[in-house]
Amino acid sequence: MLWLTCPHCGERPVNEFRFGGELPHVPDSITDETERNVDYVWMYDNVRGVTTERWFHAAGCRRWLTVRRDTITDTVVA
Amino acid sequence: MNEFVETLLDLEWHEQKSSYDVVIIGAGGHGLATAYYLATRHGISNVAVVEAGYIGSGNSGRNTTIIRANYGIAESVRFYQHSVDLYATLEEETGCWIMHSTKGLIWLAHTEMSMRAERARSLMNQACGAETVMITPEEAKRLCPQLDLTGGGRYPVLGASYHPGAATARHDRVVWAYAQGAMRRGVDILPHTPVTGLLRDGDRVMGVETPNGPISAGLVVSAVGGNVTTIAAMAGVRLPIRTHPLQALVTNAYAQGFGPIVSDSELLCYVSQTARGQMLMGAEFDSQPSYSMQSSFEFLQSVASKVTHLLPFLRDLRVLRQWTGICDISPDYSPIMGETGVDGFLITTGWGTWGFKAIPAGGEGMAEMIATGVAPPLIAPFALDRFARDHTMADQGSAGTR
Repeated sequence: MLWLTCPHCGERPVNEFRFGGELPHVPDSITDETERNVDYVWMYDNVRGVTTERWFHAAGCRRWLTVRRDTITDTVVA
Repeated sequence: MNEFVETLLDLEWHEQKSSYDVVIIGAGGHGLATAYYLATRHGISNVAVVEAGYIGSGNSGRNTTIIRANYGIAESVRFYQHSVDLYATLEEETGCWIMHSTKGLIWLAHTEMSMRAERARSLMNQACGAETVMITPEEAKRLCPQLDLTGGGRYPVLGASYHPGAATARHDRVVWAYAQGAMRRGVDILPHTPVTGLLRDGDRVMGVETPNGPISAGLVVSAVGGNVTTIAAMAGVRLPIRTHPLQALVTNAYAQGFGPIVSDSELLCYVSQTARGQMLMGAEFDSQPSYSMQSSFEFLQSVASKVTHLLPFLRDLRVLRQWTGICDISPDYSPIMGETGVDGFLITTGWGTWGFKAIPAGGEGMAEMIATGVAPPLIAPFALDRFARDHTMADQGSAGTR
């Protein structure tokens, strides 16, 4: 199982956490303000590789943390 | 399995040509059904279907083969009911035995809240032409004698919705029925041909790059599962898609018949019996997006604890096999079909965990769109621009179990 390192609680199993989504990233190539808003709200990079994302320690300290994870292997990277 | 099926069929395989009217990326159910309906309904057979692996090697070979239409919103119910109808006549139409078997689906409710959801579902289904009725726990027990109505003392059954039209079919036979039907009408299927890039002229997509050379095309259609974000990015298209793993398992054979499909909207799991007698079950997709196809022990634990409460006989069976597919989940749990905003590039994606049941209707709709340039009414509500228009097809009633 995937284990995440919570800055408050240490290393904990992933089923204590709630996935909060990747950090939104609107490409610079989109210039129109409305289109940027649509992209910010709906679109995902859905990275195949290392992605930076937010997790919520729901069954622990109930605080948010940032995790860098490799989505090909589903493992945390530094 | 598929390599074995290949030897049974007398098919003519062709070399890759340098140009086609239509190139479809992905020879899974949706890609092949689109090619099949292009050839049969619209007479367009100068079509290539390119596939990175072998035919049906993605999610078409990993699903739990349930065909049903009891969705929660009108657009979905109409679309999936059409798919259920097309599946029912597919054997007759293609001449291939797909092991289609109508079983009926029981959707159990354990709380007053989900009873309300099931009542709303059955009324919505009846209003939109799909048959779903509410049944009492006793009626559920009659349809499925193995059911423990107390839910192991923990999940008492208050009632259920019953969808008699639900069915199952053999997944790889469906894929091969479409492949064979398309190839006999002149469609070229090119397995082991990954798309490495798209040919572009300005913004317009003109074809695909493969290791065997480029193919120019009047129209490129992505019917990719799993890696659709990568393919769309080649055309400069951004998608509201996250790729999540979905797991399933089968047990060894259960000697007695298990008639219907049993689903549960609270526990988020579903159980059916395969033609071999094995019990096939699954649950919701993994919470974090991932391209890893690693199956987990936690999934086995969680599914086993749910289904053995409802169906105690499953405790005596052994897990034979467990597998994982990666599926494309859209924010509103509905598919995305049609135009992408880039000329020459159409898409059919967002098939999440509900793609198998939609193969005929999705393929037929996409074929009509390719042939006429206009999205037919059944698939038009599922266009990509619905997100920008704030007109999402959110179907929470069906979001958990499929």
